Amino acid sequence: MRNKLAILVSSIVFALSTTHAVKSESITLGWAAWDPANALVELSKDFTAQTGIEVNFEFVPWPNFADRMLNELNNKGKTFDLLIGDSQWIGGGATYGHYVKLNDFFDKEGISMNDFSDATVYAYSTWPKGSENYYALPAMGDALAWAYRKDWFDRPELNSEFKAKHGYNLGVPENWDQLYDMCTFFQGREIDGQVRYGAAINTERGSEGITMGVTAAMYAWGMQYENPSKPYDMEGYFNAPNVVEALEFYKKMYEDCAPPGHSDAYMVANLDAYKSGQVAFQMNWYAFWPGVSKEDADGRVTGFFANPSQKVSAATLGGQGISVVNYSDKKDLALQYIKWFAQPDVQQKWWDLGGYSCHKDVLGSPDFVNSAVYAQGFLDSMGIVKDFWQEPTFVELMLPMQEHVHDYVVNGKGSAKEALDKIIEEWVEVFEADGKL
Amino acid sequence: MKNKIIHKAKGLSDRAVAWIFITPTLLLLLAINIYPLIYAISMSFTNFYANKLGREIKWVGLKNYAKILGKEAIWERMQITASFMFWTLLLQAIIGLSLALLLNKKFKGNELLTTLIVLPMMLSPAVVGVFWTYLYNPQVGLFNYIVNFFYDFGSFDMIGSSTLAPWAIVIVDTWMWTPFTMLICLAGLRSIPNYLYEAAEVDRANRLQQFIYITLPSVLPFLLLALLFRGIENFKMFDMVVELTSGGPGSATELASIQLKREAFEKWKTGYSSAYAVILFVTIFGFGNVYVKVMNKIKDR
Repeated sequence: MRNKLAILVSSIVFALSTTHAVKSESITLGWAAWDPANALVELSKDFTAQTGIEVNFEFVPWPNFADRMLNELNNKGKTFDLLIGDSQWIGGGATYGHYVKLNDFFDKEGISMNDFSDATVYAYSTWPKGSENYYALPAMGDALAWAYRKDWFDRPELNSEFKAKHGYNLGVPENWDQLYDMCTFFQGREIDGQVRYGAAINTERGSEGITMGVTAAMYAWGMQYENPSKPYDMEGYFNAPNVVEALEFYKKMYEDCAPPGHSDAYMVANLDAYKSGQVAFQMNWYAFWPGVSKEDADGRVTGFFANPSQKVSAATLGGQGISVVNYSDKKDLALQYIKWFAQPDVQQKWWDLGGYSCHKDVLGSPDFVNSAVYAQGFLDSMGIVKDFWQEPTFVELMLPMQEHVHDYVVNGKGSAKEALDKIIEEWVEVFEADGKL
Repeated sequence: MKNKIIHKAKGLSDRAVAWIFITPTLLLLLAINIYPLIYAISMSFTNFYANKLGREIKWVGLKNYAKILGKEAIWERMQITASFMFWTLLLQAIIGLSLALLLNKKFKGNELLTTLIVLPMMLSPAVVGVFWTYLYNPQVGLFNYIVNFFYDFGSFDMIGSSTLAPWAIVIVDTWMWTPFTMLICLAGLRSIPNYLYEAAEVDRANRLQQFIYITLPSVLPFLLLALLFRGIENFKMFDMVVELTSGGPGSATELASIQLKREAFEKWKTGYSSAYAVILFVTIFGFGNVYVKVMNKIKDR
């Protein structure tokens, strides 16, 4: 009896100690559920092999990503040790103390931000912007770009018909006017017995979709959110005539080029419309191009290009940095992961697996440009990216933009100028409440 | 000791025993219902943001209420909610009662048909929202196909058009919840004693007279009860509409509850949204009370 008891007790102790060991040697990483996340799971196996630290993942679908993660941070949740949070969260992450400041750690471990592309360090890591306070390591470079049906463009009969009408060849559009010409050319056209449409563009209402679409046009028209010499002074900048023109142009794109029913569409809907052969163009993030490209091994069907310029060259910034969550009990393990992730060879493998490294060694390597058909476009885009407000109040700034832009573009309510004026009015309220104005 | 307790308990009045039984429930109710309500009301007079914890909380008096009641956008959402409620309740009352009258007849397959009709009600609203987005798809959606089968309207987009989107959510809610009104009306119909109809026949009342003087008054309290439940539910409708339209296009289907959620849990304007919630609460509470009074009067008659 006594023996049995001893065995029982020792097995319980053993079970407890092993679960404890497993628990203390694992970290949880949160990100969005999309193609690059699968690449990260693959990549992280090396980390586990080297350190013995298990990495658990929780990936949240994009429409709920911000909701879920920001709730977690606001509640000081301990679910995540590492978070690959969206670029616009950096202000809140730093200001409200959600993210660990990494400067001391970087100094200690000899990680230099000079090794990462300047645009990505500025966009994903620093707060206040342009300072040398780092709250994240650039993890996933990304920007909004375009994919097009190269196989249709290569058909001589389509090209000659297009050229007869517009006076130039079908190809990568040099500006938004050309993009519009090409989209309308394909709109409603029957190819191989199926009706096709122009472009699948962002129109989603619920999270950030339509904002990430219209800003691609607005930036190309030279939009500035505020007076460069007087922060938060938006009147005459955000609603300047060029911005009005860009917004009107985007509405025209939606009305004349989008497939029917494309009124609440973002990443997945654009991909679906493109993959099912409905559209000639799709607007989407670079993150999806490895997946699109994989299905087109010989590169005959799809071509890629960076956001076209209009008055200036610019692209909407996507992408994320990786941060250590301040409420985690395993910050040391999380920092180990960041240290491992920052190494050049890991970064190279990250790119090879389908992630977008921001490390200069990877981007600057002579093989980089030829390593994927979209690699050059990615390099070009990352040099011209612009982001939405990264203020701590960014959600409060995003919601009115979503509402009024959707109301104008999809719902057809009011004018472009009125929509922009309403947005400014609500932004002023937000900045006033936040003590910035 | 045990005897002592029993002796003591025996000495308690009925009232005291009642209090002993009711106290735990009352405490629970206070903790999970009344306390949050009072807390929300007190927060509605502040500028509290739940995501800015270090920030000083200031008492702002009635400023939040004044701001909400003076905001055009809020009144727009109220109108959207009111129109959604009006049309869903009207349609569900008419169709639900009609179906109940049909199913009240004895015929073969009656029970199977009842089960089939009740199916939509058993689905999750979020699932319903998602699959109706496919049914409403202008290119491949079944809904558009069926409508165009009867009369060719050409291509139309139920979710993307601001005139059609409010109807899109009314149709889905009616599809989903008419079975509920039907079931309750059916219960009402089955509770009408047969001798009433027999007596009416003796009095030579025709079918229409029987319906107006016997069926309708008997079933009306049941129908009104069903509409009360539906009204309260639809006033706070959220999940189905969010999945279906996200409140769009623009804000054409942004019901008050969706806007409240965005203010409270996306913008984190806790003080402001508490005031908004209190206003919504008072509205539905007021309407509910008046409605119950009217309902009781009808029942007494």
